[in-house]
Amino acid sequence: MHDMSAHAVQHGAPTSFIRKYVFSLDHKVIGKQYYALALVAVVWGMVLSWLMRIHLGWTNLPIPGLHLLSSTGAPGNVMTPEYYLQLMTMHGTIMVFFVLTTAPFAAFGNFFLPIQVGAEDMPFPHFNMMSFWVTFVAFLVLVSSFFVGDGPTLGGWTQYAPLSAVGSVSGPGQGLGVVLWAASIGIFCVGQLLGSLNFITTTLDMRTRGMSLMRLPLTCWGWFITSVMGLTAFAVLMPACILLILDHVAGTSFFVPSNLVINGQLLPHTGGSTLLWQHLFWFFGHPEVYIAIVPGMGIVSHVLITNMRRRMLSHRVLIYSMGSLAVLSYMVYGHHMFVSGMNPYSSLAFSFPTLVITIPSTIVVLIWLGSLYGSKLRINSASLFALGFISMFISGGVSGFFLAQPSIDIMLHATYFVVAHFHLVMAVAAIFGIFSATYFWFGKMTGHMMNETLGKLHFWLSFVGTYCIFMPFHYLGIAGNVRRYQAFTDDYLIPLIPLHRFITVAAILTGLAQFIFIYNLIYSRFKGAPAPDNPWEGTSLEWSTATPPPHNNFGDKLPVVYHDPYQYNVEGASTEYVMQTSPEQLKNAHEEN
Amino acid sequence: MAKILAVTIILIAIGSAIPIVMHTWHLPQDISTHGPLIDEQYAETMAEAGISFLAGQFVLAFFIWKFSSPKPGEKIRSFPGGAAGLVIAAFLLVGTEVLALGIFGAKAWASVYFTPPAANAMPVQVQAGQFAFYFRYPGPDGKFGPLHPDQINEANANFFGLDQTHDQDSKDDIVTAEMAIPVNREIHLLMHSKDLGHSFFVPELRVQQDFVPGLDLSIHFTATKVGKYEIVCTQLCGLGHYNMKAYLEVMSQEDFDNWLKQQAALQ
Repeated sequence: MHDMSAHAVQHGAPTSFIRKYVFSLDHKVIGKQYYALALVAVVWGMVLSWLMRIHLGWTNLPIPGLHLLSSTGAPGNVMTPEYYLQLMTMHGTIMVFFVLTTAPFAAFGNFFLPIQVGAEDMPFPHFNMMSFWVTFVAFLVLVSSFFVGDGPTLGGWTQYAPLSAVGSVSGPGQGLGVVLWAASIGIFCVGQLLGSLNFITTTLDMRTRGMSLMRLPLTCWGWFITSVMGLTAFAVLMPACILLILDHVAGTSFFVPSNLVINGQLLPHTGGSTLLWQHLFWFFGHPEVYIAIVPGMGIVSHVLITNMRRRMLSHRVLIYSMGSLAVLSYMVYGHHMFVSGMNPYSSLAFSFPTLVITIPSTIVVLIWLGSLYGSKLRINSASLFALGFISMFISGGVSGFFLAQPSIDIMLHATYFVVAHFHLVMAVAAIFGIFSATYFWFGKMTGHMMNETLGKLHFWLSFVGTYCIFMPFHYLGIAGNVRRYQAFTDDYLIPLIPLHRFITVAAILTGLAQFIFIYNLIYSRFKGAPAPDNPWEGTSLEWSTATPPPHNNFGDKLPVVYHDPYQYNVEGASTEYVMQTSPEQLKNAHEEN
Repeated sequence: MAKILAVTIILIAIGSAIPIVMHTWHLPQDISTHGPLIDEQYAETMAEAGISFLAGQFVLAFFIWKFSSPKPGEKIRSFPGGAAGLVIAAFLLVGTEVLALGIFGAKAWASVYFTPPAANAMPVQVQAGQFAFYFRYPGPDGKFGPLHPDQINEANANFFGLDQTHDQDSKDDIVTAEMAIPVNREIHLLMHSKDLGHSFFVPELRVQQDFVPGLDLSIHFTATKVGKYEIVCTQLCGLGHYNMKAYLEVMSQEDFDNWLKQQAALQ
């Protein structure tokens, strides 16, 4: 616990447009910048998924205007097989890195972590500014691959070697496209490392008077745990990307073994290991799943508590469970590699922790469900999306039982079952978390409330729509439908095409429904009803300050915290909810310490 | 609106489960000796995952229905047993479940990967390359000749890089574009990649294994049913990945012997 009153305002309010909105040091502006970047990225990623889905449903159907995106990739507006793979790779990369990692963590975390701990800003504002702009450059580098050489890489977001490491001999986009991909992700890692440092330091060192660790809202715990994961996971991915670039530009052979013959050419490489890439990638890749979802767990808990009008059954158990997920996430990554040629004994060693990780996941869900019991649930767009998150997390979580077992993985590996699993548990759930957070905090962030009617409509279309898209993916996978195919020419896959068409229609309609959200976002930003300081009757520190918060978050004086974050319906209290800053003595309050 | 959400969740849960229960889409038929253990494990996991899925969604729906319209003055109630009860329940129920799945699943995995091939297993080599599989049978001498990557020449149909002029063991090797195997005979499949990562997936055979460039692996299996099945690649290997396939024909021993003779004559 620290007395922040000793800290002077670290940087004065900016006056010029550039320092206020572009190269801003203010964590709130940086948070919004991350959000804007994620918004651009998610629209782009979604359009790519539409193009892929149309192609999968109707392979030879011309898509009007597609040749504008790439004349070689879509002659006569019909997508080529390689262009499908290039769009697929970009869809995965954009979504995982620039949406699922940036929005729940960097966008909302930047805006709210300092406010919720009671600080004026993050401790290293220049690093913070740099983290966003580095991420922005990473995005530009990635997108630039659409416009140079023979287009973006087609190797999938996992970029398995040696396909990714041997250069353009292995296919279009495999030369410059891969180098740009690896450069982009390497740069992205720098941004995440800088961001993680700030988040960790903010949580540990910038808490205001009275704000003990256990008094932090669950959102802060989500971001803190995520930042610790980010610091270790991205620190492994970055050197992996550097080695991959070296294999391209410096003639090294980190990931390329001897004696490969591609397109009739015997490659000069010797002595590399293809499995080395998979180990490095998944050592990052599995924690990345939790980097995407743990902030959502924090957000959903926070939103639900406010709307259930009660604290969680146990604050501490939720924190410990999220922490266990983080620790275990490093011990399970080998379940991506059961049939990779890794030692089969290792498969069992990775299988058990993967099964065990379902225990903290179940505890989190049970605490949510157990806390719903006997609550006074309020229904609004934010709480609907939070409840939707839980439903998606359950649906996506149970398929983990299958994929945790190497014996069953023999049948389901690399099929649409895996696509169903990770989309539900990590992508859709995380995006529902982002929506929930947006409806919940938009007022605080902009000073205008979002339209609730449109928000609820958006929820219904998204909730039913995403189930229509992703549930059938399980059925495809069970029937043996291999993923990353641009067309289904195998005898046993042809009968599955109608199901693919159903998914395509569902994906387009659900995608269109997202424009309701974007309209609501833009309209409300300018014309939305003025937001009160505490519209949801919340108790944590963001509701103690003005809307939108001033430059230094709390005006002249930092808040002092007297309670655990969620004092709702406390017996004997003078009001239904008691702010963290309220000095009121609560005899029956449950305080963790 | 909460009640509509509760009903929607229940409808989605039941609707999602129906195709599973009805086997509308299901695992392809099993034609292997090791497959039943995998299928049993799959069925048990489906039962446990299915129950967890339905129970989770139903409880969520029920609580949303029940606790979204509190009467005025109603007090917050705590779940009986509290967090401790739920944590214990999670450890007991899920812990037992995953322990059971882990132990029995390990048995199924071990039956595939921890046993050596039988001494009389028939060796077949498969080579993966962009975007085709090729197969090699050792011929009457029972030995595969060495590979010379620098001699690979697709125009001359030397897909493996064999030197049949100098290597004695290569002279009678039989190279084919389709795979044929005798039924009920163990096959020792030696896997070699010429270029990139690929995979050998025959859903009916309950076999999926990646090819690792630079590291030759082997698997073994026995097919129990005569028929023609598809071998597909599941490891993204470039623009023709979707079209990288071959057929596996499981034949009677007699048909297989004849087939092999025909193939030998074609070399």
